[in-house]
Amino acid sequence: MPLLEVEEVSKAFRGLRAVAGASFSVEGQSITALIGPNGAGKTTLFNLVAGVYRPDRGEIRLRGRSIAGLPAHRVCAAGVGRTFQLVKPFAGLSVLDNAIVGALNGERTVSGARARAVAVLERLGLSGKAEVAASHLTLADRRRLEVARALATRPSLLLLDEMMAGLRPTEIDELVGVLRSVQREEGVTILLTEHVMRAVMALADQIVVLHHGEVIARGEPASIVRDPAVLDCYLGEDAAAGEPGA
Amino acid sequence: MPALPYVANAVISGTLTGIVYGLMALGLSAIFGVVRLVNFAHGELMTLAMYGAVGAFQGLALDPFLTMIAAAVVFGGFGYVLQRGFINRFIHRPEHLQMLLMIALAIIIGNGLLLAFGPDARSVQTSYQLDSFELGPLLVDKARVYAAVAAVVATALLAAFFRFTLTGKAIRACADNPIGARVAGLPVAHLYAVTFGLGAASVAVAGCAMVQLIDVTPGLGPGYTLLAFVIVIVGGLGSMVGALLGGLAIGVSEALAGLLITPSAKSMVSFGLLVVLLLVRPQGLMGPGRR
Amino acid sequence: MTSDRPADAGDRRRLAPITAFTVAVALLALPLVGSSYLVSVATLALYLAYVGQAWNVMMGFAGQLSLGHSLYVGLGAYVAAGIFVHFGVGPWAGLWLAVAICSAVGAFIGLLAFRLRISGVQLSLLTVAFAELARIGFDHLDWFGGPGGLFLRVADRNHIDLLGFRGPPAMYYYAMLALAAGALGLCAFLLRRRPGYYWRAIREDEIAAQALGIDTFRWKMLAVVLSSAMTAIAGVFFAFYNNSLFPEQIFGFGRSIEIILGPVIGGLGTLFGPVVGAVALVLLGDGTTEILAKAGVELPGARQVVHGLLLLLVTIYLPNGLWPPLARALGVRPRRL
Repeated sequence: MPLLEVEEVSKAFRGLRAVAGASFSVEGQSITALIGPNGAGKTTLFNLVAGVYRPDRGEIRLRGRSIAGLPAHRVCAAGVGRTFQLVKPFAGLSVLDNAIVGALNGERTVSGARARAVAVLERLGLSGKAEVAASHLTLADRRRLEVARALATRPSLLLLDEMMAGLRPTEIDELVGVLRSVQREEGVTILLTEHVMRAVMALADQIVVLHHGEVIARGEPASIVRDPAVLDCYLGEDAAAGEPGA
Repeated sequence: MPALPYVANAVISGTLTGIVYGLMALGLSAIFGVVRLVNFAHGELMTLAMYGAVGAFQGLALDPFLTMIAAAVVFGGFGYVLQRGFINRFIHRPEHLQMLLMIALAIIIGNGLLLAFGPDARSVQTSYQLDSFELGPLLVDKARVYAAVAAVVATALLAAFFRFTLTGKAIRACADNPIGARVAGLPVAHLYAVTFGLGAASVAVAGCAMVQLIDVTPGLGPGYTLLAFVIVIVGGLGSMVGALLGGLAIGVSEALAGLLITPSAKSMVSFGLLVVLLLVRPQGLMGPGRR
Repeated sequence: MTSDRPADAGDRRRLAPITAFTVAVALLALPLVGSSYLVSVATLALYLAYVGQAWNVMMGFAGQLSLGHSLYVGLGAYVAAGIFVHFGVGPWAGLWLAVAICSAVGAFIGLLAFRLRISGVQLSLLTVAFAELARIGFDHLDWFGGPGGLFLRVADRNHIDLLGFRGPPAMYYYAMLALAAGALGLCAFLLRRRPGYYWRAIREDEIAAQALGIDTFRWKMLAVVLSSAMTAIAGVFFAFYNNSLFPEQIFGFGRSIEIILGPVIGGLGTLFGPVVGAVALVLLGDGTTEILAKAGVELPGARQVVHGLLLLLVTIYLPNGLWPPLARALGVRPRRL
């Protein structure tokens, strides 16, 4: 059974159709990328899975259990961790304390949570900054903290919302490497939305393309970049320039 | 159920008082709508004006309605200076700090009055204070009528100011869109100060109008601040028409409650109304519709 | 944090435990060496510290500015005093009823705030409105004495009756000391554990907190109920210490302001803020009254003007309160709620 199943999901805001009949699934232990032009409905679809919005129609299942319309904290308890496009660190808390808050989701005691937090920070390369106040981090590090915090909750599905925006190419490559190793070592499944094709091609096992709220293509990166419908609406010459990462 | 004349008297009396309440609340509403400041010292400013009226009456034999004009000017200037020179620094600080600043001022003014004048009640006894107009079976206090008339005049002047003068329009622009106003080059600090000055002036006028209707003690402040807030919230935060309507609503309901239940239950009705409104329609009678 | 020479840093770090120890000894010994006036002033300071700490739980943990906390003091006091006067039920039992009722009221207000999403100015005014409604309501309830007041048997100063909570001033002092220390300890304890982490997260960013599995509604409710329950206990103490209750006095808006002055001046949302603030208020306020009395002058309102000035100065120059700079001087990091 796929880990995540999104079935015929629709959502409209005051008559404006944001997502219409979108369907796709995500297999466990894989990385799926959700791409599409601005306004395609990526973030809305994302927020539907994360429990921010309730779908007007359709079904969202995690390991066979419906999570559509559950409040955000219950979605997390079900095993979904998410990051935010505009990062939301707990600014007044240290990096470690940020991670501990996340870790408390899966751990009974603070000491257990601290241990989990330390391990996660290690994985994300933030150990050296554990005592730094979150407000003093660089953007790239704040992105890592977002991931670390969500990861600390022990999710089966990790939702990453445009983590690469605004990063320099070297930072992008670093974060890609970190995400790859996180996926491998934690065995977590990742669903991400992205504009930065460089990262998408480097990470994704599956790409889902959205346009005007509808899924217009689904499949492996190699076939997506050649799909005429996709090229037509979105990729243009980027497809030729972008290469699957090493 | 009391006889109709009693009820009618209560309604009229409540309406007249309500008009004065409306003026008082108008000041608060303007300050909140424009400067976005919660003026916890509103009642204390009014009490200060009332003591001024008492002093002017006892020392200079000035009728409160004459003192009113001087009070408007003095408080207007004082309010301007207070806002421009002092409160303005707090505009961009967290909301709770602004509230605490005004609470501090309220404590200082209120207890300063206690220090200066002692706890005993003062009053103004003009020659016409106990007279009434007789309209058939209805008995209406002259002092109350004059107070309401003064309030109406003051309100009309305020309304005209905001509607027709350049400064008034600029202030409304500030209220609608503070950032846009700055970008357009409006002197925001000055406009805020004018608004606060107007608010202080209105409450001073209201105080001078009220001084013949109640006994003046230093502790009046908090009660009237709360009343002003109730009125403003009932009418809708930031809406001036709402403040007037709210004033009328509170004035009448208070008078009726005093008649039909017991006199001390008056404020209970106001607060009960506040609670109900906050639960049912928090944006008030005139506030923007719920999203 | 300081980056002094190692010797300085070490001395600074020793300063805190030494100060703490000295303060503890002084507090315990006070009734034995101090005059009865000093004991009563100290009891007042401890009371303010306790009730300020209780209020701070709602503000610091749930982020809600309650300007009507006198509601809980009054309800707690009247409930415990009422059943004592009418049924002879002692304060230790009355305590539980008071806490239960105040918790329920607190939960109700919490529901309004969090489910109906009333916040900011409107919520603060709602809290004031409830306190005022209580004031007017109790003015009309003859069972509770009405406006004339409810009176308890005055304590026999020479006989310690623990069950009825009557006795010499020293007894009340130690009781209040235990309460204040207990409140401080409770908050410190909670801060270190899950509640502390979750409350701080909710305060920083509620949406992010929800995304991490935190049921923010439940935790905010917990803070509000805890705050009201703790304040109820202060009310019970108040009733049996003062032996007389008047609605005008106990539910008054001035009372609510008095409650928040300590934490605000000491440092909103810090652990030791309410204590430091209470001490500053009593020292300066009652100190002024004392000096004036010694000069033969009695000025009603002087104390409050001093309080107002202190609040004004702190708001302008030390918006984070008196505790953070004091803490730094002691080489301690101010613990934030």
